[in-house]
Amino acid sequence: MGISIKELKELIRSFDKSDTKVLELETEKFRIYLDKLGPIPNESGGEKRKDKNSQSEERETFSEPEKREASVTQPKVEPEGEIISSPMVGTFYQAPSPDSPPYVRVGDQIKKGDTLCIIEAMKIMNELEAEFDCEILEILVEDGQPVEFDTPLFRVKRV
Amino acid sequence: MGKGKREIGYQKNPIRRILVANRGEIALRAIRTIHRLQKDVVCIYSKGDENAIYLEFAEGGVCVGPADPTKSYLNIPAIISAAEITQCDAIFPGYGFLSENRTFVEICREHGLHFIGPSLEVMELMADKSRAKQEMERLGVPTIPGSNGIVTSVEEGKKIARKIGYPIILKAVSGGGGRGMRIVERESYLENAFYAAQSEAETAFGDGAIYIEKYIKHPRHIEVQILGDKYGNVIHLGERDCTLQRRHQKLIEESPAPGLRPEVREKLLQTAIQAAKGIGYYSAGTIEFLVDEEQNFYFMEMNTRLQVEHPVTEMVTGLDLIEWMIRIEEGEPIPSQSEIKFNGHAIECRILAEDSESFIPNPGKIQRLYIPGGKGVRVDTHIYSGYIIPPNYDSLIAKLITHGKNRQEAIGIMEEALREFKIGGIKTTIDFHLEMMKNRDFLNLNYDTKYLERR
Repeated sequence: MGISIKELKELIRSFDKSDTKVLELETEKFRIYLDKLGPIPNESGGEKRKDKNSQSEERETFSEPEKREASVTQPKVEPEGEIISSPMVGTFYQAPSPDSPPYVRVGDQIKKGDTLCIIEAMKIMNELEAEFDCEILEILVEDGQPVEFDTPLFRVKRV
Repeated sequence: MGKGKREIGYQKNPIRRILVANRGEIALRAIRTIHRLQKDVVCIYSKGDENAIYLEFAEGGVCVGPADPTKSYLNIPAIISAAEITQCDAIFPGYGFLSENRTFVEICREHGLHFIGPSLEVMELMADKSRAKQEMERLGVPTIPGSNGIVTSVEEGKKIARKIGYPIILKAVSGGGGRGMRIVERESYLENAFYAAQSEAETAFGDGAIYIEKYIKHPRHIEVQILGDKYGNVIHLGERDCTLQRRHQKLIEESPAPGLRPEVREKLLQTAIQAAKGIGYYSAGTIEFLVDEEQNFYFMEMNTRLQVEHPVTEMVTGLDLIEWMIRIEEGEPIPSQSEIKFNGHAIECRILAEDSESFIPNPGKIQRLYIPGGKGVRVDTHIYSGYIIPPNYDSLIAKLITHGKNRQEAIGIMEEALREFKIGGIKTTIDFHLEMMKNRDFLNLNYDTKYLERR
C-alpha cells in the first residue's frame, strides 16, 4: 500500500482534529509517525528515562522511573498558558493535610501570593506561592508524587 | 563501635541504594563499583549536566538545581530530599563538592542516611588545619615548624617568622587548593602578603584566619593512602608521588614514589598508619606529606575523602577503593596489611579541558573522540563524542592511568596511550603530558612541586 501526498495531508488533518495523541502506521513501503505530545524539553529526562526503565528490568524499580514515564507522556510545554515548575526537589502535595481540600483545582482563579501546593523537602513543608494572578488550566503531577528541580507542576493562564 | 577482632565477626549493616552526590568521571566511576556490588544507584544532576551519558547507567536521576553548583551539587536540602524521594539509604560524596562538608555529614546522620566516608569527628578535626597539625604533633608525626595556630596580626607574624626563619608560607586555616596562600621570602614582604592572604581566604572560604609555616624549598609531594575500619584497624595502600603540580593542582601522579629510599618509605607508611590510628580514622583517607631534599618528611594535611588520583593505588594494589569505602561503612573489617600485595608501577595523567601551554580552561563541544586502550591502560572519563563540556565545573575531563612492571614501562605505555588519545574540538592537556613523558627532568626525577611554574 502506497500513499499519495493528498492522502497524507488528509491523514494529518483528521489526526489533528481527533483526540488521538500518537499515530504510528507502518507498511512495507512507508512508515509514518505522528504525535501531539509537544516537544520534550528535557531530552535527557524524557528519552533516557524510558531506556533506563527497560534496561533495569531485573532491578527493583522505585518511584523515580514511574514518574519519568509520566513526564514522557505528559506534555511539558503546551501552546496555551505558562508552566509553573518546581523550585526544589521534594514531594508534591495538593493540600495542607490528607483530609483538607486541595489548595487549587483546575479552573480556579488564583491571586498572586496564593498558595498553590506544598513541596515537602527534608520534612519541611514548603508552600509554593503564585507569582502572578492566573487561572489553573491543568495540574501536571499527582498528589504525593516526588518531583525534582524544574518538574512542571501547573499549566496556568495569566489573568 | 566496639573494638572487635576481625576473626570474631562483625555487625553488618548492608546498604541497598546509594545516591551519588557528584558529577562527571567520579559519578560514573562510582556507578560501576556500586553495580558490581549488586546495589542500586541514583545520581543527582544539575540542569547543566542533564545530557550526561552516565545518567543512563544509573537506576534513577534527580535534578537538584540549575547549573550553578552552589544551587545544585552544593545544595544540601535538595540532595537530602533527592535521597529521600528515591529511598536511598546512603550517600557517596566523591571528591570536591560536599565530600568534606561537616554540616552535610551531620544532616545525613540526622536523616538516617549512611555517609560513605569517615566520621564527622575526624573530618572536623582534619578540616581545621592548625588543630590537625597539633594533633599530629601529639601523635609523634613530624610537622613543619610554624605558628601552631592562627596569627592575628602582622607583628605576631613577624615574631614567629624570625624564630623559624625565612622563607615562610602563609596559609588559610580553612583553606585548600592554593587559595589564601602566600610565600614570603623576607620580612619586608610580610605585611602585604599577610593582608592579601587574609582577604583571599575571606572571599574563598568565608574565613580569613591565617597561620604561618616554614617554607620547605624544593619539596616533593608524597601522600599515603590509608584504609581504616570501624574496629580500629588501619592499613596503608602504599604512597603516591604527586609532585608535578601547577598552582597546587596535581597534574601527574604515580605510585610507588620514585627515588624514595626504602627505609624512608617504610617510615613514612608506618607514620601514616600511626596517625590514622591515633585519630580513630575509618574509611579511605590520604595523609599528605612534604618531602625535602634530604628526604625528611613533614605532615601537610589529611584529606578525609577519596582522592582524584586514587586509581594509581588501585592499579598497583588491585583493590577497588570505592568498594572498600562502602564495605567499611557497612561495618566490614578491612584486610590485614600482609594481604595487600603491591605490583608494578602506575601513573595517572589528568586530562583537562585546558590549553596545554597557558592552562586556560577551554570548555566546548567534543567533536570527535578516540579513547586509548590495551594492556595496562585505564581511562576514567564521562565524555563522549558530541558531549558539551559545561563551563560551570572543574576542567577535568578524563584520567588516563597506565600500569607497567616498573616506572619506565608505565611511562612507555603512557606515551603510547597519550598519542592514541584524540579529543577533537577543544583544547586539552594531552600535548603537555606527552611532552612530560619525554622530559629529561621528569625521567631523571629532577623536579619539585614548583617545577612547572618555573618553566
